Amino acid sequence: MLYLDHAATTKVRPETRAAMAPYLDDAFGNPSGIHAISRRAKNALEESREKAAVLLGAAHPLEIVFTGGGTEADNLAVVGSGLAEGRRGAVVTTAVEHDAVLQSAAFLEMLGCRVDTVGVDGKGRIDVSELASHVDAETAVVSAMTANNETGVLFPIREIADTVHAKSPATLVHTDAVQAFISETITVAATGADMISLAGHKFGGPKGVGLLYVPRDIKLEPVVHGGGQELGRRSGTHNVPAIVGMVAAMEVTVAGRTEMRARVGSVRDTFEATLRAAVPDLQITGEPGPRLVQHSHVRIPGIAAETLLIRLDQSGLAAAAGSACSSGAIEVSHVLAAMGMGETEAAECVRFSFGWSTETGDGITAARRVATVVEGLR
Amino acid sequence: MRALVAMSGGVDSSVAAALMLDQGYDVIGVTLKQWEGDNGEMPLAGCCTVSDSEDARRVAAQLDVPYYVLDYVDEFTEKVVDHFGEMYAAGKTPNPCIECNRRVRFSVLLERTAALGCDVLVTGHHARIRHDYKGYHLIRAVDGSKDQSYVLHMLSQEDLAMVRLPVGEMTKTKVREYATQMGLRTAAKPDSQDLCFVGEGSYRDFIRSRFPDAARPGPLVTSDGAVLAEHEGMVDFTIGQRRGLGVALGEPRYVVDIKPETSTVVLGTREELLSAGCVVEAASFVAGAPPESSTISVKIRYRSQPVPGTLLAAAAGFWRVEFDEPQLAVAPGQAAVFYAGDEVLGGGTISEAIR
Repeated sequence: MLYLDHAATTKVRPETRAAMAPYLDDAFGNPSGIHAISRRAKNALEESREKAAVLLGAAHPLEIVFTGGGTEADNLAVVGSGLAEGRRGAVVTTAVEHDAVLQSAAFLEMLGCRVDTVGVDGKGRIDVSELASHVDAETAVVSAMTANNETGVLFPIREIADTVHAKSPATLVHTDAVQAFISETITVAATGADMISLAGHKFGGPKGVGLLYVPRDIKLEPVVHGGGQELGRRSGTHNVPAIVGMVAAMEVTVAGRTEMRARVGSVRDTFEATLRAAVPDLQITGEPGPRLVQHSHVRIPGIAAETLLIRLDQSGLAAAAGSACSSGAIEVSHVLAAMGMGETEAAECVRFSFGWSTETGDGITAARRVATVVEGLR
Repeated sequence: MRALVAMSGGVDSSVAAALMLDQGYDVIGVTLKQWEGDNGEMPLAGCCTVSDSEDARRVAAQLDVPYYVLDYVDEFTEKVVDHFGEMYAAGKTPNPCIECNRRVRFSVLLERTAALGCDVLVTGHHARIRHDYKGYHLIRAVDGSKDQSYVLHMLSQEDLAMVRLPVGEMTKTKVREYATQMGLRTAAKPDSQDLCFVGEGSYRDFIRSRFPDAARPGPLVTSDGAVLAEHEGMVDFTIGQRRGLGVALGEPRYVVDIKPETSTVVLGTREELLSAGCVVEAASFVAGAPPESSTISVKIRYRSQPVPGTLLAAAAGFWRVEFDEPQLAVAPGQAAVFYAGDEVLGGGTISEAIR
């Protein structure tokens, strides 16, 4: 199976698996315990926290809050800052955010918070000054993603953060960097953000674990209540093996990022060039960019994504439409709608996403296979 | 050869998929996601809902065949659910399963069959297809008590050429035995009874909330026009109904007519419920043309047996059926399906009962 759905999830890296193994085995302890087995787990947890802090350029390890995934990190950032200190803070976000952010904002709106959602243009780009125009002293948080999970379009997150901070110093800037971390430089300095969400499984870590970078002086209302772990910000027994695995994957990701960008970017470019040669009316969403180097979100006019994806699955190629419900049925994408695309056009869009396990020849093989299926359907 | 199997999550379509594998086909399983509630919630019961589709997914996994959920919620809502409401608002008694087959389901599935590179479309319906020098014939199922040929009467020659109905050749008992023998998780699953988009609630509550026009109040009158009471909505009544009329008359009374223009519900005697025939609109014929002989039998609702009658061409696009014996409770909106013995000749929608 040729796997071109890395944006959905990735295979666990061998380094991840090796790092996790002891904590599934002898060092299985609950890090909150008093005995030797717990101490081993606790040491691994705090060592992972230190490493993650260094990799993200955080000032202190306790600025890393481990969560049960990217969605939970987004919820903590948006809901947590909107409700902090009993407030009903206003939220500014964009129309193309992941549902983890949009639904968190909708939840806040239900509780009486003001929510402003800023649109994008036909290439998925945001107008930073328009976004800033919605920000005032009441704005608790601005949440804008680093890169879009469907289209791969990058937002100028540093510019967004600086502009928002200049206008309202008390407003927090959150960025969902879940999709971007594997190929973009994601640090506190590079993004300028006050809060950053990551999810382990998007870069070769395990599923069900993520983190939120958030400085200690930022007040957050917790969204998961319980035993007070993670400075009370995320209760629940630590998933130590997953946390250790995620941080191991972070280390490998950051160390290999430059090489990965060049290699996977070239595979993606070959894929697009080969496919465009065979299917001249191919439309590449967000072109000319900036886009994530590993993403190729395309529309093939007249070919329903559902049919194409099933045909590709039959031919041994795994790809996706941007949005699917839990049953697997393809749904109308809010991202493409926000970009002004009609329902019919949106239903012809398919996402090919490359990743750490992509091999050099995958681009050309995949493009030929897609072209063959498209020819068969036309 | 490759078969696209429409899997609802019930035992019949599960067995249909397994039988196609036995016949040497490559099988692709699909479920059509056709309905979601206003908040995106799914009905918990009924044929073809997404919760049922989980059973289909598990059966497909057990059979080791690829399985996909295809979204056709918009089409279904527009062409089946909205039509269902409109029919009630017009004082008629629709059959949404037939509307779905006629207007959405088979066209969507047959189109996908071709697009996905499959040679045949397979469903778990209980009916049979035969082929001879005259073409394709649609025949009642081996298991008469489970026969579903009534809901398939709209299929054309082109449709039947692509469709396979393997469980129509078996009794339901045999279907369940086969499923048990194969260890399919749906072997003992009860047959679904509910409308897929209404689920466990009452369809009348569903219509009231979604199509208030179909629930408009009006007078409840006797057949000679005397007003008995005010009723709370036409949706509460169907032709032939005897219970829950909201009035006590001392002798059996039935709903004999519903007049949508004044929302009037007419009660009458059993004799007044009899019809000598019916007018049928939007009729289609399996063979592509009407039968040579006008002597047919006709089935006027899902749960009844065909009765003898005569089929006559009426105004353009309309047909007239005269029953040999008067029939009770002929309800406009229901399908009238024409048979010659066990063979389905065609059918359409009853537009009017002839007194």
